[in-house]
Amino acid sequence: MTGQHTGADAGQRYRGTPARRVLALARNTWRGLTSMRVALILLFLLAVAAFPGAVLPQRMVNDALVAEYIADHGWWGRLLDRLQFFDVYGSVWFSAIYLLLLVSLVGCLVPRSAEYLRSMRDRPVLTPRNLRRLPHYRQATLDVDADEVIARASTRLTGWRRVERTEPDGSRTISAERGYLRETGNLVFHFALLGLIIAFAVGHMYSYEGQVIVHADGSEFCNSGIYAYDTFNPGLTVDGTELTPFCVKVNDFEADYLPNGQPENYRADIEYQSGEDLDTGTWRPYELQVNHPLRTEGDRVYLLGHGFAPEFTVTFPDGQQRRQATQWRPNDQVTLLSDGATKFDPPGVTDATERRSNQIAVTGLFAPTAHFDGAVLSSANADLLDPAVAVDVMRGDLGIDSGYGQSIFEIDENMVEQGKLERVARENLRLGEELELDDGTRIAFDGVQRWASLQVSHDPTQQWVLAFSIVMLAGLAASLTIKRRRIWIRVTPDGGTRSVVALGGLARTDQAGYGEEFTRIATELLGDAERPAHDGTEGERS
Amino acid sequence: MPVNETLSQLSDWSYGSATAIYMLAVVLFLAQQAFGKRGAESAARAAERPRTVASAGPSDTGVGGTGVAGGTAPGSAPGSTATRRYSGTAERFGRMGVALTVLGVLLHLAALVLRGVATSRAPWGNMYEFIMALCLVAVVTWLVVLRKYTVRHLSAYVLLPVVVLLFLGGTLLYSTATPVQPALQSYWLVIHVSTAAVASGIFLIPGVASIGYLLQSAGERNPARFAAMTRVLPPKETLDRIAYRTTVFAFPLFTFGVIAGAIWAEAAWGRFWGWDPKETVSFITWVIYAAYLHARSTAGWRGDRAAVINILGFAVVVFNLFFINLVIAGLHSYAQVD
Repeated sequence: MTGQHTGADAGQRYRGTPARRVLALARNTWRGLTSMRVALILLFLLAVAAFPGAVLPQRMVNDALVAEYIADHGWWGRLLDRLQFFDVYGSVWFSAIYLLLLVSLVGCLVPRSAEYLRSMRDRPVLTPRNLRRLPHYRQATLDVDADEVIARASTRLTGWRRVERTEPDGSRTISAERGYLRETGNLVFHFALLGLIIAFAVGHMYSYEGQVIVHADGSEFCNSGIYAYDTFNPGLTVDGTELTPFCVKVNDFEADYLPNGQPENYRADIEYQSGEDLDTGTWRPYELQVNHPLRTEGDRVYLLGHGFAPEFTVTFPDGQQRRQATQWRPNDQVTLLSDGATKFDPPGVTDATERRSNQIAVTGLFAPTAHFDGAVLSSANADLLDPAVAVDVMRGDLGIDSGYGQSIFEIDENMVEQGKLERVARENLRLGEELELDDGTRIAFDGVQRWASLQVSHDPTQQWVLAFSIVMLAGLAASLTIKRRRIWIRVTPDGGTRSVVALGGLARTDQAGYGEEFTRIATELLGDAERPAHDGTEGERS
Repeated sequence: MPVNETLSQLSDWSYGSATAIYMLAVVLFLAQQAFGKRGAESAARAAERPRTVASAGPSDTGVGGTGVAGGTAPGSAPGSTATRRYSGTAERFGRMGVALTVLGVLLHLAALVLRGVATSRAPWGNMYEFIMALCLVAVVTWLVVLRKYTVRHLSAYVLLPVVVLLFLGGTLLYSTATPVQPALQSYWLVIHVSTAAVASGIFLIPGVASIGYLLQSAGERNPARFAAMTRVLPPKETLDRIAYRTTVFAFPLFTFGVIAGAIWAEAAWGRFWGWDPKETVSFITWVIYAAYLHARSTAGWRGDRAAVINILGFAVVVFNLFFINLVIAGLHSYAQVD
């Protein structure tokens, strides 16, 4: 739109100076970018670009699903991956769109704010010569003089910004305008939006989020570094040092279920210390629940989930016992059927080679409420009613010393493939039952512990985001409900005590509904005098 | 908290009755339109006097030649005697339709309240209940619109999608009355989900009005197109105004709903915004309606384009309701379809 009407002559003149051409290009780009048309197109692009994030799995939400998707879809998955479709909100194209939109927003707000400041000082505009052409118009002849009409109108228009003028032909006019708050609200909304986006972006620099599983037996977790977490998602500038120091101790975890197995309530009985309490060693109690995070020192601790740790006691042939409860992970969120691997070292063995041939792992399934279909174990309920395990006992080299990290939920399948780890038993055990291996080692399933999965979140700007969004909402409400409208009154003396009064009205925005107010004012000032044909119609545009 | 089976049964019956009554109202409104058509034609011919009036003074509705020809100025004298006769029949059907709609609303409201009392919680904890609440809001909004504009004969087109939604909700998406899971046990369920239902319900109205707008607009360019519809639809300015005013009302509500959702997400999921599919599509919805508001004040984008954007907005709302709830697994998977 803009810049295209520079005629051929102007183009000729500018061609000589490259600096000017660059300047013109920059100016035209700027104008184009800040035009409403381009802003609209960018808004659309933003909506379209955000869309893949809703239908495709996203890395930041669920990494495993993304890997699965790519594996399932071959070249198509890999192509999408290369085009950053699995990181939509951090992708180049998404960022480009919203950065352009930001520029467009700033470019729109700056001149608009200047215009706004100017208009706040301006007096309402001159009364148009022909009020008849306005979308709202009424005229009547009243039996009172001009002073009286003007005085009455001024009283009626209290609260309007108005100015009285006398025209050369002796007519007197009032120009009045109201609804300046609309533009105020509009600007407040857009500035708050800008603030929100900036606060959001800054938040992504300094925030972090970490998950950790803590046994509900009085185990402790301290926010002392990344190593304390099972998973940790740092913001761009977070390196894991200088985390807010605090500790949490999980004493107990309880879950209530309805008879149909639907969970009703989760709560973890915890104690925490932070700030000065760390020095004095004071623990403060807190009941951690879903929807009720622990807020301390600007950080939040959430109860994300829970699970079970079956407790196994291994009695070695020499009579030595080892007892362990390692967390198993739920692989069904409804029934909490879990899998995992509890790993044991033979006791009192100092020779590394011998130790590596006698390590034991108990792996398999755990069901909080056992349901056997033949010998196949499944879980009927997430509640801990009748626990049972279906386990494979593996003996040999677990590969723990191999130098590679391994999951605490799994055994290293490579070791099995290499024949270094062998299955020596497969059995279903109910609570209290035990099995015996060929060498006389007995393995008993003699207890179940619960664990809670906690999340620690740190986001220093989230209060800002909230504040900005509230301001935004207030601005939005003002800008959508308040009408900017004008009214003009021209009083022409008609002989001694009569005056011809003409009223014109114009809504400056496309907000409908001014007609009703105009009619009300006109009726109050003019009485029910004859209405012209197009009274009450709305201006299509201002 | 145990569920009161009797009340929940009563709620189900009210729901079914409300749906049936809306259906009946649709038939009556269609009858009004059918009988009023010829009346509308002659009224239009008679009304070729002054310029027709788009916005109705609110006080004038419900009397005079309302309903038949939306284009006639409110309060203006009806045209020929023929008009009066045809519109008389049509008028009667229309009024019966409105009466039935009001009855339907009462039953609908009863269904919602009974469900809430039966389960001792806010009655919008799963998809069936959410759709019930959303449809109630849509119908109530329409009744409010009817008080302001002479568009009663369009009621069928608003009630039809409502009936379809209620039918889907009551059959495919039905779930028995149960308490909600721990994540939903929060007063934010009342605030966030109710605003979401209210805003989505209101958005149905501008969606329907904008479709009407496009039909009228196409008819204007080529009178032969959609002639059967354009004859009975109100002038497109009226449709545009209905769409704009309802959108402007719903948009801040929707914004508030999203903000409330963010506040709740911060307490329940550990972050206020995490691009969960539902969050993403709500963001898209917000952007589209923002685009609508901008388009409506931009030269060259008013009219048809703005109407298209509005329809798109409602399409995304529906997508958010069905596709995201049922097909895509996210944190908002509370549909609980039995």
